[in-house]
Amino acid sequence: MKEMMIILVGSILVNNFVLSKFMGICPFLGVSKKLDSAVGMSVAVTFVMAMATAVTYPIQRGILDRFNMGYLQTIVFILVIAALVQLVEIVLKKYIPPLYRSLGIYLPLITTNCAVLGVTILNIDEEYTFLQSMVNALGAGLGFMLAMVLFCGVRSRMDESKNIPEHFRGLPITLIAASIVSVAFMGFSGVVEGLFH
Amino acid sequence: MKKLKILLNGLIKENPVLVLCLGTCPTLATSTSVANAFGMGIAATFVLLGSNVVISLLKKVIPDKVRIPCYIVVIATFVTVVEMLLHAFVPDIYDALGIFLPLIVVNCIILGRAEMFANKNSVGDSALDGIGMGLGFTLALMLMASIREIIGSGTWLGIPLYSGIQPMSIMTLAPGGFFTFGCLVALMNFVTKGKVRKKQKKGCAGCPSAAACAGAEKGECNA
Repeated sequence: MKEMMIILVGSILVNNFVLSKFMGICPFLGVSKKLDSAVGMSVAVTFVMAMATAVTYPIQRGILDRFNMGYLQTIVFILVIAALVQLVEIVLKKYIPPLYRSLGIYLPLITTNCAVLGVTILNIDEEYTFLQSMVNALGAGLGFMLAMVLFCGVRSRMDESKNIPEHFRGLPITLIAASIVSVAFMGFSGVVEGLFH
Repeated sequence: MKKLKILLNGLIKENPVLVLCLGTCPTLATSTSVANAFGMGIAATFVLLGSNVVISLLKKVIPDKVRIPCYIVVIATFVTVVEMLLHAFVPDIYDALGIFLPLIVVNCIILGRAEMFANKNSVGDSALDGIGMGLGFTLALMLMASIREIIGSGTWLGIPLYSGIQPMSIMTLAPGGFFTFGCLVALMNFVTKGKVRKKQKKGCAGCPSAAACAGAEKGECNA
């Protein structure tokens, strides 16, 4: 249990996917303008991350490792994720239309989100068990959500400001704000040791 | 002349990182040292060249509806080749790039060029475009890495540059990455007198997900 909590808190706060591992920067910069789209995107990412881990982990351990085909990892994983995203989209559209309406527009973007492929490969590299992998995927998704929502708050104030130098308007000032938010997240380093040891 | 233009297009005018703002994740993550940036740039250039050529060759064979999965398979194959080559010949770079090597698959520069250029143009032009874009990516990465390595570790390509001053190691960490990138894009804005910003507003054209993205219609993506 303690080990699970360490993985969960670690992947939400300390090794935040966006702010310290640089994964999923495109949606972080692109979809963080409004709170509802930021939340929608993060929920969709968390969902796909958990699904992708649940599918890729057995494939890696049961097929690729057993038959010594580890070199096919990249190709297999990205295909599984692409197929999974399509499948989730179709299932949601057919059976849960309200959820599809709120998440559907974000799903196609997720195939090319490196955080999803990243978390599935990291789970294998770190040699987590299945349960630990699922916790790590959940933590990565929640960490993504935390970063998105926090940054959305920062951004809504910043975009209203008229005091930004001309050449910094738009993307540059967004990146510099992200840098400051990421300084704040550096403060979490060591929090896991403090809480659990 | 036209060929030269295609080649040079990716270097400055449509630099994938600083102008089109594609491939931000590997840019931020691997620009901590010049050696890593060079390795990443060359790996991505190789994949870009290979995938552009193959996709251009297959442009009449691939059905339009399933083109994105097909492109991904082609790209993933080249990424696996690069992974194996680096693992065999330069294990140091392989270890340093770590997870970002397989993540070249989802680098939007590569999928973006397949969608924007390779499936409409001849094999030769696509190859030139791949090399140009790849070199543009490498140059931007190395520029960023130089700034971060010189300020953050006091070295360039591992050669110590100054002593007596404590290097600001925050530049090699995550905040320094965002900060350097922001300043460089602002510098590009300044040098091109705002032309870059206008292009970024249309940046969705280079995004492979533009067709499915709700923000693309309103031009809301990427700031």
